[in-house]
Amino acid sequence: MSAYSVTAPSRRQQWIAGVLVALYAVITLLPLLWIFTTGFKSPSDAIAYPPKLAFEPTLEGYVNLFTTQTRQTEAYLAENPPESWYEEMVHAKGMVIAGPSRFGERFLNSVIIGFGSTFLSVFLGTLAAYAFSRYRVPLKDDLLFFILSTRMMPPIAVAIPIFLMFRSLGLSDTHAGMILLYTAVNLSLSVWLLKGFMDEIPREYEEAALIDGYTRFQAFRKVVLPQAATGIAATAIFCLIFAWNEYAFAVLLTSGTAQTAPPFIPTIIGVGGQDWPAVAAGATLFLLPVMVFTILLRKHLLRGITFGAVRK
Amino acid sequence: MAEIVIRNLRKEFGEFTAVQSSSFKVEDGEFFMLLGPSGCGKTTTLRMIAGLELPTSGEIYIGGEEVGQRPASERDIAFVFQMFALYPHMNVRRNISYPLVSQGMPRAQVREKVAEVAKILGIEEILDRPVGGLSGGDRQRVALGRAIVREPKCFLMDEPLGALDAEFREHMSEELRKLHDRMGATTVYVTHDQLEAMQMGDKIVVMNHGVIEQFGTPQDIYDKPASLFVADFIGSPSMNFLRFHGSLEAGATEAVLSHQPLGIPALREPFDGDMVYGVRPEHVRLSDSAGYRGEIVAAEYLGTTQIVTLATPNGEVKARIASDQPARVGETVGLAFNGATATLFDNQTGRAIRSDLNEGVLSHG
Repeated sequence: MSAYSVTAPSRRQQWIAGVLVALYAVITLLPLLWIFTTGFKSPSDAIAYPPKLAFEPTLEGYVNLFTTQTRQTEAYLAENPPESWYEEMVHAKGMVIAGPSRFGERFLNSVIIGFGSTFLSVFLGTLAAYAFSRYRVPLKDDLLFFILSTRMMPPIAVAIPIFLMFRSLGLSDTHAGMILLYTAVNLSLSVWLLKGFMDEIPREYEEAALIDGYTRFQAFRKVVLPQAATGIAATAIFCLIFAWNEYAFAVLLTSGTAQTAPPFIPTIIGVGGQDWPAVAAGATLFLLPVMVFTILLRKHLLRGITFGAVRK
Repeated sequence: MAEIVIRNLRKEFGEFTAVQSSSFKVEDGEFFMLLGPSGCGKTTTLRMIAGLELPTSGEIYIGGEEVGQRPASERDIAFVFQMFALYPHMNVRRNISYPLVSQGMPRAQVREKVAEVAKILGIEEILDRPVGGLSGGDRQRVALGRAIVREPKCFLMDEPLGALDAEFREHMSEELRKLHDRMGATTVYVTHDQLEAMQMGDKIVVMNHGVIEQFGTPQDIYDKPASLFVADFIGSPSMNFLRFHGSLEAGATEAVLSHQPLGIPALREPFDGDMVYGVRPEHVRLSDSAGYRGEIVAAEYLGTTQIVTLATPNGEVKARIASDQPARVGETVGLAFNGATATLFDNQTGRAIRSDLNEGVLSHG
């Protein structure tokens, strides 16, 4: 790492920088903290005004998130005493658990579709980027521009054609359909990002491997891929974040089997009043996979997003 | 080891012709230099021998086998890149053993070979180090190790010393030449540095604009240049060029410049028109008795010798003379040329005019 300033920053400058970073962190993290704490509040605490900073934590939100409940008569409740802590929690409201909610399924759908499309985008993107970077592809610049042009409008602008297409192809509300759609949207980003990384890897590495007796594909796998790991990791994070958070298409194209978590979470609001703690609990859990994924690939990410900014 | 024969090799990149029908032969065990300014096609030629570029037309024979259209992996050659191209994600040992692993050689044998090569190159201590932290010289040695470990048919080197600093380059070029002498491996070496080419090569090909200008031993190329380009490119300072107009018969032993006769090796062909009288700075003497006069405009002290620059009626002349000989700027002195070493060139085409001196060289160049 090279320093950008000639002289080391003074203590005062460091102090100011520290305060600014801390301030920025507070501003960006505050909403997350709010969601996190709301998940552990009781419904009345959640909507209390002025907002309660100190409250008695409860798992009611999470229980509501994972279960469906129905109101029962006093007599029924008395006859069927609760068998576990969460049943007791529900009983206290005069309700019983009718069964599990659909959150688990929707969450699993998100995982399948999010990671599936990320894998496909990165896999196809890597191959395409390598070809664009190394081979004399006819009309290369036009093709690259064409690929980029798919990002020049918001994807939702083509929602209606896609809706009709999906309906006639039988892709509506299927995992394959959603994976395909998110892959198509992410592919341009993935090709362009990865081409930049591939361009930066000197050709000599592969040429050395070719001369050492490896085929083009072996050279790609054993020499280029390890070099491109940083770029692939950064690209994967961007693709996953898009596919994971995508809401509009998910609302439009999925309703049952393949519905992802983002369109599902808001529907909780409508079930038995505005259950903000359950929504917050859903949002908190929903954040976790991307967070874990990003933390795992974190060391690659910084170089990934600042890539190309400084010429080595 | 093998000889390499190049026949009518040509490479076009779209509209641009990088190499125009080149032919030359590298003898078995020769240290062969491809020399020329950047963009002259020397690297493209080397890459075609390696199989990293496929020729547009022409043939390449390695050890008697035509390999022109075969991929690099099937040619059994080793290539040393300018930036070494060591695999950055592997340590030194794995870098050197990589070509052996690709052949499916058993592990124990690979270890043995790598140890042997490491010993030759003196890099036994760094075998388990990552390549990232190595010095330029060590990287160079590892790259060489990767090349020699497989005992290929020939070594191809693309300016392998270009990335080293001047002091170390000297040392490495000696090391490289010694290694070559010990192994007797056919080596094709690309460089733009004429000193390096003269110092290390058994034979040199001088290229310019995709065309081979001359092909021969360093001595021949230095003393008997086949063209103005070669005469200018080789030597530091380069050959003096005195431009004049005249008409010479075959057998002539004098050329007349500014009314002064200057000696030349007997011509083998007549010539009429604009010519260039070419003579190396070390073959120019300052002599009061000489009729050809020039004014000293600069003197550059180099220790044992000095380079004196003079203005003459036919252009600037540099003379390499002993540094104790007085040469005062502003003085007009006589210039004596060693005519036996001079070459006449056709000013229009740049071609050397045939004479007793260069006859043998030009006929096969």
